[in-house]
Amino acid sequence: MSGSKALMKALEKEGVKEVFGLPGGANLPMYDELYKSNIRHILVRHEQSAAHMADGFGRVSRKAGVCFATSGPGATNIITGLATAQADSAPMIAVTGQVPVKMIGRDAFQESDIIGISNPIVKYAFQPREASEIPEVVKKGFYIAETGRPGAVLIDIPKDVQQNEAEMRFPDEVRIRGYHPWADADVSEIERAIDLLLSAQRPIILAGGGVIISTAFSELQSLAEMLMIPVVTTFKGKGAFPENHALSLGPIGMHGHAEANKLMVEADCVLAIGTRFSDRSVGTFEEFEKNLKIIHMDVDPAEIGKNQTTHVAVVGDVKASLRIMVKLLIKRALKKSDDNVWLKHVNEVRDYWRQNLKIHPGEMGAAKILRKLREVLPKEAIVTTEVGQHQMWASLFFDVIHPGTFFSSTGLGTMGWGFPAAIGAKTARPDVPVVDIAGDGSFNMTENSLATSVLENLPVIVFLVNNYSLGMVAQWQRTFYDRRMIGVDQKNCPDYVKLAESYGAQGIRAQSLDELGKAIKAGLKSDVATVIDIPIDPEEDVLPFVAPGTSLKDMILPS
Amino acid sequence: MWAILSILVENKPGVLFKVTNLFRARNFNIDSISVGVTENPEFSRMTITTYGDEKQIQQIVKQLDKMIDTIEVKRLDEHKTVYREVVLFKIKVSKAANSMEINKLANAYGAKVHDAKKESIMVELTATPDQISAFEELVKPFGILEIARTGIAALQRSGA
Ligand SMILES: Cc1ncc(C[n+]2csc(CCOP(=O)(O)OP(=O)(O)O)c2C)c(N)n1
Repeated sequence: MSGSKALMKALEKEGVKEVFGLPGGANLPMYDELYKSNIRHILVRHEQSAAHMADGFGRVSRKAGVCFATSGPGATNIITGLATAQADSAPMIAVTGQVPVKMIGRDAFQESDIIGISNPIVKYAFQPREASEIPEVVKKGFYIAETGRPGAVLIDIPKDVQQNEAEMRFPDEVRIRGYHPWADADVSEIERAIDLLLSAQRPIILAGGGVIISTAFSELQSLAEMLMIPVVTTFKGKGAFPENHALSLGPIGMHGHAEANKLMVEADCVLAIGTRFSDRSVGTFEEFEKNLKIIHMDVDPAEIGKNQTTHVAVVGDVKASLRIMVKLLIKRALKKSDDNVWLKHVNEVRDYWRQNLKIHPGEMGAAKILRKLREVLPKEAIVTTEVGQHQMWASLFFDVIHPGTFFSSTGLGTMGWGFPAAIGAKTARPDVPVVDIAGDGSFNMTENSLATSVLENLPVIVFLVNNYSLGMVAQWQRTFYDRRMIGVDQKNCPDYVKLAESYGAQGIRAQSLDELGKAIKAGLKSDVATVIDIPIDPEEDVLPFVAPGTSLKDMILPS
Repeated sequence: MWAILSILVENKPGVLFKVTNLFRARNFNIDSISVGVTENPEFSRMTITTYGDEKQIQQIVKQLDKMIDTIEVKRLDEHKTVYREVVLFKIKVSKAANSMEINKLANAYGAKVHDAKKESIMVELTATPDQISAFEELVKPFGILEIARTGIAALQRSGA
């Protein structure tokens, strides 16, 4: 069997039904076998989008999405996709073609040292030198990508290795001696965590992306309800806990909810679950941990103590750890007390900010359009975002009710991620509506994925919050650079309705909330992608705002 | 704070690159490094000495441990460890009397003398970094022409 055929067989064995990609000279043998296989190929217009689609697919299905690219520029085009997936611990496999083994190191045509280039931004990279290695490499690749803290894996296959015939053995299981993805949490540490939580006056739970990755939704909810502890999330953890729940305060951070940031600062003990304490979430590290006892639960031991000093560390899969915690609490037969001073205060602060946070007065202000989207969209719909103001408005004003239905490039902050990721999500879940909350600048970066969406029958809605500018950067220039505006004006170009139509998609401009509601409904019914162009006030700022390098207590509020 | 890390890794191409790249990417320092195959040819042992505060060193150990190609990462306690470095010094001989003195110093430090020429002497010293620094200070006045160091090799004492 040839290396390429073995690759397809190995992918099929992993349950792969579709790959996103774009062919070239160095991966033609693979494509020829793809042609003969039962795996569906989804053609992209730029390899970066293939990687984002695989990433979106992976986040939603929790099985590694797969993308294909050729050597040289094809491979370098997926770098941003690998880095994005890895930064957000998303399971993903990229298979690249490479020049033949004998040509490696000779600066051959379309040779790039993708193993060297990708090293710091992938979980692992393989370059099989013999065709017979391929089945095991693929098995190991999925094992690494999907287990422990998931991540991006690159498999770079020289062209001759794809072509060579070899005797193939397909392992059912692999072991990697230097890789131990799961540690069992130490029960005594969980006991200590409970003691600390129970002794706290003002406890809070901080749920990170790890809760979503390990689907610890019901465990988290049970714990919060048993102890009646309010829940904030990181931005990556948005939707780890239903945002319409009485104990939910929403995301903290640079553009966190006012009530979440205020109460996070007041807490004396935090149970932080599956978070790496990103600077975007906690502000300055020193200030955050002042007067705060930190219990840190995470699957990755290297996260313990990296950014914050922890008092109790529980290393292991957070779902398993939370389960044990809930069981231990049941044993202790604790009564929930919903009338303590802290909780009363929490409720007051929350109610105050929910009623009194100033929002843009216009009809098409960010808060109003995003609340409209929530109103019309079914709860189980999947939402992705691009990067910029619209992303932060989504965080502030779009409540995630069904846990694990909200995805964003939170770690790398990759403009252009949301739309292809939405297509990947739609591939994984064709049964639910998928919406990309987009900005015009970000959408420009991967808008050619409209072709993929239309031709491959993967209809998604692009909710285009159009301020005709690179709004987030414009906001920083207004705020920190005395309105010296440079490089942010996108003008009215292109016309997004015509752009959509030119791809055979549906383009709708919505200039009132009423039109917006109708447009969303039209999008939900459509067989093709729908781009809803929503012109807004280009001067609207995202507030609250914790300026970079400051702490949560210095949050700037709308005046 | 100084730390000696003993890292057992897969003996295959690219692992040294990954380890050193990790130090660079995470803003850690490598003070010295030595690498060689172990009693089991599937593994290599890297001995890295590094500086940092306690928190940083703990992070280095964890990040190294997280690497898939590392089998075991140990932070060695210098009091329970034998650690040595080999250094070659090429020392200037400006007058015959110096040659005798350098030989004496080498003897005192248990160093070997190689390649004694009229204009220079090569000395091989196997010692701890402190002893090496002390020796270096003593021979500096003669004029050190060249130095080559291997980096530290270290093993924990039995039962330690
Ligand atoms: C690939 C990439 N380039 C640059 C940036 C820096 N950046 C962050 S937000 C932003 C503006 C995004 O504009 P748009 O998508 O229109 O969203 P808006 O802020 O206007 O809502 C830019 C340029 C980035 N995050 N990603």
